Amino acid sequence: MSAGSIFTRPARLAAIAPYVWMVLFFLVPFAFVLKISLSQTAISQPPYAPVFDLGEGFASLGAALAALSSDNFHLLFSDDLYVLSYLRSLVVAAVSTSILLLIGYPIAYGMARLPKRWQAIAMMLVIVPFWTSFLIRIYAWINILQHDGLLNQILLALHLVSTPMVWLSTDTAMYLGIVYSYLPFMILPLYATLAKLDPALEEAAADLGAAPREVFWLVTFPLSLPGVGAGVLLCFIPIVGEFVIPDLLAGSDALMIGQTLWLEFFTNKDWPVASATAIVLLALLLVPLVLYDRLQRRQLEAAR
Amino acid sequence: MAGDLANTDIAATPAKTVALPDLIDMPLLRIEGVAKRFGGFRAVDRLSLDIRAGEFFALLGPSGCGKTTLLRILAGFETPDEGHILLDGKDIAQVLPHQRPVNMMFQNYALFPHLSVRDNIAFGLRRAGMTRPAIETRVSEMVALVKLEGLEMRKPDQLSGGQKQRVALARALARRPQLLLLDEPLAALDKKLRESTQLELMELQRRLNMTFIVVTHDQEEAMTMAGRIGVMDAGRLEQVATPRELYEAPASRWVAEFVGDVNLFDGQVASRDAHRLMVTTRDAGTLSVAEPRQPLSRSIVSVAIRPEKVKLSRRGPAMDGASAQAINRLEGIIVDTTYLGGLTVYKVKLDSGAMVRAAMANTARLDMDAYRASQRVVAWFTPDDCVVLEQ
Repeated sequence: MSAGSIFTRPARLAAIAPYVWMVLFFLVPFAFVLKISLSQTAISQPPYAPVFDLGEGFASLGAALAALSSDNFHLLFSDDLYVLSYLRSLVVAAVSTSILLLIGYPIAYGMARLPKRWQAIAMMLVIVPFWTSFLIRIYAWINILQHDGLLNQILLALHLVSTPMVWLSTDTAMYLGIVYSYLPFMILPLYATLAKLDPALEEAAADLGAAPREVFWLVTFPLSLPGVGAGVLLCFIPIVGEFVIPDLLAGSDALMIGQTLWLEFFTNKDWPVASATAIVLLALLLVPLVLYDRLQRRQLEAAR
Repeated sequence: MAGDLANTDIAATPAKTVALPDLIDMPLLRIEGVAKRFGGFRAVDRLSLDIRAGEFFALLGPSGCGKTTLLRILAGFETPDEGHILLDGKDIAQVLPHQRPVNMMFQNYALFPHLSVRDNIAFGLRRAGMTRPAIETRVSEMVALVKLEGLEMRKPDQLSGGQKQRVALARALARRPQLLLLDEPLAALDKKLRESTQLELMELQRRLNMTFIVVTHDQEEAMTMAGRIGVMDAGRLEQVATPRELYEAPASRWVAEFVGDVNLFDGQVASRDAHRLMVTTRDAGTLSVAEPRQPLSRSIVSVAIRPEKVKLSRRGPAMDGASAQAINRLEGIIVDTTYLGGLTVYKVKLDSGAMVRAAMANTARLDMDAYRASQRVVAWFTPDDCVVLEQ
């Protein structure tokens, strides 16, 4: 490296820090999970076999490697329980993300059109729920949705229903919880894109004879697609793996993959199958992640 | 003006009455007492203005004078609080922007970044419900008009500044609007490109025989392109005139100072005879000036003289009898010279302490005749070169 390089020693350290982080906290744990997913469950401590033990020499390591098998993955695809869980997760994520987009877009659009002073306040209002723990907010929803909860009290008081309705432990409650929890993740990227949009573009469209609806669909919406993409992925990916909300608000007749994984791990104590479930989930989520990455790269190129 | 002639039915109008259409025709655009307030700020203050069909009109003024607001009112992006806007006799003050037969070229072009050059130009045509082949034909016409052949499929971010400007112009012209509004159309171009584009815009306007209203803060640009200029300040029109009138016969002290450079001497009218006023000034003694066309209502006045109309000589002008009396002579010392290529501007400190600027054309390559600092000179000018302005 030449003397005039901007890559001085601290700068180089800073440049490799994210890689160190990724290796330590992502790649290494992933290797553990991958290895466990290829092992067999066993009544031992830890509850799987084989166990790599360098103390017993390299010969035993070879034997341990030979004992690894992909049986768990075969199980995942042969048992309906897992396939249905994956499917339910994808469906729940797709439905929730669609609802989030339908609700989030108008809110973000409205925010971006507020006077600058009010935009900061609106932004605060979107973020303020994060100041309370996520879990507490979900428990609050249980309180609202339960048999003698706030929602039923209001409905009864308004004479909209004559007997309390069942809300808790239904898909409706789960979707309510998911949409409520993820709304900021949909609004913020959409708002960021829409606020950056040059208002002169919409004026130019109107000037060229586009009615307000055409202005939106021909100019505003296409130009906000990067924000739509970011918001959709930011919601879709974590919702697929969501555990807490379906566990607390949905019924127990159909499980999302996060719940199935939890059952395997904590109830069945089947670490290998739980690990295999996690690996397949990761592989599934890699598809939208790669799509997102490509979208971002295309945007960067367009920005040049 | 070429634009006016082209719009007049020459066959039916005898040559002598070419100036008449001004009186008998309704103007294309009539702005009547239009006012717009933002909070307590009066952006446009009961402004009235007529613009004839085929005119190239410039709204000139410092930033914040209301010229852009007026343009946005014409485009429909702002609704006036008061007044009427008659386009071809119809009041459009409350008509929505997408329903007006007016198009605008935006300051930073506002090209749709997700659409190709072709689709940008076709945008307005598609909204107008033209058939596909008609759109194709018109787009090709516009592309040829602004010389963008071969770039039709490019996206705006693959174009240079000058090319973007052409796309914006083609897009705004494509619908053949009755009125084209141009908001600082050349501000984003560099100087050389700006000058050639000015000429192209004029050529285009003449050829299409369209009415252009251009907003600019650049007086040279306005002077070059426009047939008439409206000078705006604080939401009002200070003067509406041809470039020459604006420069040679400014209506107010403010206009004289805003358009070009000027020497001003404050004083009081001492006496008047046939065609001359004698004005006693504090800084330049008694000046003899031509009687203004409009009679003065007050005797406190300013005498304005453009620097290039102030001549310098070592001894004073050669005089013969009659004119000797009238010519204004001011003596002083040159304190500063600024060489500008074609011109040199001399700052002369008068014996009264006041400064006078004189601009002289450098007609000879070698500076044998140039004046030097601390040289004593006579600055002189004729009464006809002065303008009397009420304060």
